[in-house]
Amino acid sequence: MSAAHDDHHHGPAKGLRRWLFTTNHKDIGTLYLWFSFAMFLLGGSFAMVIRAELFQPGLQLVDPNFFNQMTTMHGLVMVFGAVMPAFVGLANWMLPMMIGAPDMALPRMNNWSFWILPFAFAMLASTLLMESGAPNFGWTFYAPLSTTYAPDSVTFFIFAVHIMGASSIMGSINIIATILNLRAPGMTLMKMPLFVWTWLITAYLLIAVMPVLAGVVTMMLFDIHFGTSFFNAAGGGDPVLFQHVFWFFGHPEVYIMILPAFGVVSAIIPTFARKRLFGYDSMVYATASIAFLSFIVWAHHMFTVGMPIAGELFFMYATMLIAVPTGVKVFNWVATMFRGSMTFETPMLFAIAFVVLFTMGGFTGLMLAVTPADFQYHDTYFVVAHFHYVLVPGAVFSIMAACYYWLPKWTGYMYDERLGKLHFWLSFIGVNILFFPQHFLGLAGMPRRIPDYALQFADFNWISSIGGFLFGASQLILLVVVIKCIKGGKKATAQVWEGAQGLEWTVDSPAPYHTFTTPPDPKLIHDQ
Amino acid sequence: MANAKNDNANTKLVKKLFLITVGMFGFGFAMVPMYDVICDITGLNGKTSGRYTAELEQSAEQLEERQITVQFLAQNNEGMSWAFRANDPQVKVKPGEVKVVSYQAKNVKDYAMTGQAIPSVAPNEAAQYLKKIECFCFAEQDLAPGEEVEMALRFFVDKDIPKHITKLTLSYSLFDITKEQNAAESVAVR
Amino acid sequence: MLPKAKLWLGLVVAALTMLSTNLQAAWDLNMTQGVTQISRETYDIHMTILWWCVAIGVVVFGVMLWSIINHRKSKGAVSATFHESVKVEIVWTVIPFIILILMAIPATDVLTKAYDTTESELDIKITGYQWRWEYTYLRQNADDEEVSFYSIMSTSREEISNELPKEEHYLLDVDKPLVIPVNKKVRFLITSNDVIHAWWVPDFAVKKDAIPGFINESWTIVEEPGVYRGQCAELCGIDHGFMPIVVHALEQDEYDAWYAEQQENARMTREMANTVVTMSESLEQGEEVYNRTCAGCHQVNGQGLPPTFPALADNAVVTGDLLENIDVLINGRPGTPMAAFGRQLTPVELAAVTTYIRNSFGNTTGDLVQPAEVNSIIQAAQ
Repeated sequence: MSAAHDDHHHGPAKGLRRWLFTTNHKDIGTLYLWFSFAMFLLGGSFAMVIRAELFQPGLQLVDPNFFNQMTTMHGLVMVFGAVMPAFVGLANWMLPMMIGAPDMALPRMNNWSFWILPFAFAMLASTLLMESGAPNFGWTFYAPLSTTYAPDSVTFFIFAVHIMGASSIMGSINIIATILNLRAPGMTLMKMPLFVWTWLITAYLLIAVMPVLAGVVTMMLFDIHFGTSFFNAAGGGDPVLFQHVFWFFGHPEVYIMILPAFGVVSAIIPTFARKRLFGYDSMVYATASIAFLSFIVWAHHMFTVGMPIAGELFFMYATMLIAVPTGVKVFNWVATMFRGSMTFETPMLFAIAFVVLFTMGGFTGLMLAVTPADFQYHDTYFVVAHFHYVLVPGAVFSIMAACYYWLPKWTGYMYDERLGKLHFWLSFIGVNILFFPQHFLGLAGMPRRIPDYALQFADFNWISSIGGFLFGASQLILLVVVIKCIKGGKKATAQVWEGAQGLEWTVDSPAPYHTFTTPPDPKLIHDQ
Repeated sequence: MANAKNDNANTKLVKKLFLITVGMFGFGFAMVPMYDVICDITGLNGKTSGRYTAELEQSAEQLEERQITVQFLAQNNEGMSWAFRANDPQVKVKPGEVKVVSYQAKNVKDYAMTGQAIPSVAPNEAAQYLKKIECFCFAEQDLAPGEEVEMALRFFVDKDIPKHITKLTLSYSLFDITKEQNAAESVAVR
Repeated sequence: MLPKAKLWLGLVVAALTMLSTNLQAAWDLNMTQGVTQISRETYDIHMTILWWCVAIGVVVFGVMLWSIINHRKSKGAVSATFHESVKVEIVWTVIPFIILILMAIPATDVLTKAYDTTESELDIKITGYQWRWEYTYLRQNADDEEVSFYSIMSTSREEISNELPKEEHYLLDVDKPLVIPVNKKVRFLITSNDVIHAWWVPDFAVKKDAIPGFINESWTIVEEPGVYRGQCAELCGIDHGFMPIVVHALEQDEYDAWYAEQQENARMTREMANTVVTMSESLEQGEEVYNRTCAGCHQVNGQGLPPTFPALADNAVVTGDLLENIDVLINGRPGTPMAAFGRQLTPVELAAVTTYIRNSFGNTTGDLVQPAEVNSIIQAAQ
């Protein structure tokens, strides 16, 4: 705080030192976003290996062990390296500007929480070069495959997860402190943009469940190296306990990756519909109820472990209940578009695609919640299709929408709209060719995480792989758009978008290095 | 906006949030005993409870007519080489009636080994009604090279067992828990 | 037609042709209805919820599409100012809630049925191993021979590595399927020897995790005789994709005959161990056993996949002490992926594969191992 105050008349330091020692929320946001993009490409290249191997029946490119390493690393890198840091990056850039704060509440911790991430992922990626190979037990790392039967690199994996967890927790504490303590006068809680609200709730989820993840990997560490038996039946433990603890973290984690996306979409749709967000209050309550429900549905990932029927029924009902607040959100977005005055720039296209495709992921989620049907879906490509629909055209599309939406504010130039639209359409078509056939594969009985498959699955795998390559290649367009936009283009106005509302649009484009060192005029703060 | 005031508020909030973090880390570990307690009460994972110690009153007139089939299974976990089997594949018991059955185990290795049998009951719901008075699973089994033992299991099925359960399966998985150094010694002896 | 358009048309036609080459029946697009009451009811629930979702989707996306088409700025649409309505919010909270209740009722019903494992007529223990299944038929009497066998994928490694054309049931065939009678309630007791596996046959709508140290149960009544295939459904290590499940459902009399034969076989296996084999017989059978059982890890050429799976070519054990070599095969190497094959292979097979590896991949020990030798080691151990 005080550091930011002291040098608020100076610009950024020069060279590498600017990035290493920065405490500026915009610099740190930029670092997070670039890091996340790099991880997106890394995790994406793992996915390309997977799709290439699955292009045809038979083993062509990799051996099954390496295939398992690829699925594991793809999941870990995408969840912890791409999606989560991207949202933290957006939060860093936008939250202070949205609530009229000069910076994040804890700028030095902010620097730290970013800079430990590259070490965590360097450690994780280095396992690929180890003799034992990288972790090969899936991103859900079920014991005892990840303990008694794990490759030696599992210890590096555990420490990497610890560091990622520490980073997320520090980031979350910072975000909560910023939102609760640094709002400009007049920015009451119920006047905050939804992106701020969703992040506040996400941050609470993070500090509630990341420690549980840290706990479960610590237990693994003890089982592997210190002879305890948390998850080993021989010593009185239970491998199913691992799944309970893991999913107690894992299910809220799913919402950690989607709630900020709701916030982004709730900012973009009103802007391009030129109409206030419908049902702001209900949006806030819906977000809070989704967060609450996320703590009591975890065992729907474990319907086949043999829980008693009362447990199965409880988790089925609770899970189905999530459809209600989620539905409210979708209906509100549609009502916002209804009788608006819409234009379809790239951010809006991504946001609309988000609403449609995320909802489809929600539908399959509802189907998966139904326990007897889940016995058929569980651990098949139907599940793969489901969570990729909510995470790729869901979370990832919202991140892309956010980037296009705020790029002019960040760089001061408009991005190339034609390239942006090309990126959107190729991504949209690619993602559907990639994931839609996987529903059929799952229903027809193809288990997930297999390097080779029976002949009746050949056609849809072939199509899915083509979609995968198309989607993967299209993402390079985003890189071109961003670089072009940094280098120059049409000058952006402060308002940027005709329908944009909110404090971030009252400052110049590009946003000055320091914004709101004096609080904004309370008259600028409107009802949402 | 006074910075001092803000710093103060931040410190307080950060302390609170840090406490939540530590608390949740502890909660992760607390889930372990919580899970055991819940399993004990509900038979969630089919684990049977420990030794039944209460006084058992048993008179022929009190026995119900219905009969319950109890099946016995034995299997070795990976790395365990003992010849391990149930001597009686199944018995029929009346609720409340005490039965004794036996398992057989032989150490086929030429070094001493320690085994631990882990019981599990299907259906899980029945686990809490299967009461063991005496069981080889209560202790580790040490067997000398080539040693063979017959191990007794004395049990009864609780009278409160729901009517719809007419058959239950008790399965023992035998794990090799011979300490690492023992194995190393035996290799040296060989 | 423009050349470019022609090219595109050509591509589309090519894609469609590729699609239709082995386009299968509806089974490929949707969940199977299966051959049990539970599987059919599961299918019905699946379809009910699917249609509910489609209906909701049509309404929601319909309104959205209509707005996108009509309420666009380029058409001169002016935005309305409404932005909240408690009435509407209540309506779209309550209606989905009612739909959910309508979905939950049949789901609860089917789940309750699927969980009712009582009154079974045949009990079979299923044990998952890395990477095979073991089926054990529970005995009624202590004097019965125990019918217990491993079921291992029979698809050859050459098919997987694309050196041979793939058979019809590529990756879905086993050497010895599970056999059950039709119209009998069969209860499965499912456990694991090492990591977590999951036993899944889509046609029965049975999927249950196999957990080491714990026993799970499930059941089925198959109504039609036939061959039903499934796969392991829980990541269990390297060969997770290569441990299929095949179930033969037979008419009762055929099943009885099969079961009697199995009892007889079990009796014979003990006696069979006394045959004497020649070098060429042993090598031939050994190669077959090796490629089916060992090549997954040690590779067809015996080079292994170091460091996890050591090469057998020029291997210290394989070219060294014969007894130690046989011991490793029978008892495995605890702490390594090398499994104990003493109970998975017959003494004849063990002898043959030992002979084979000691005289292949450049190994030239010249040893010929007789089944009796292997058997005596197994017997001595018991």
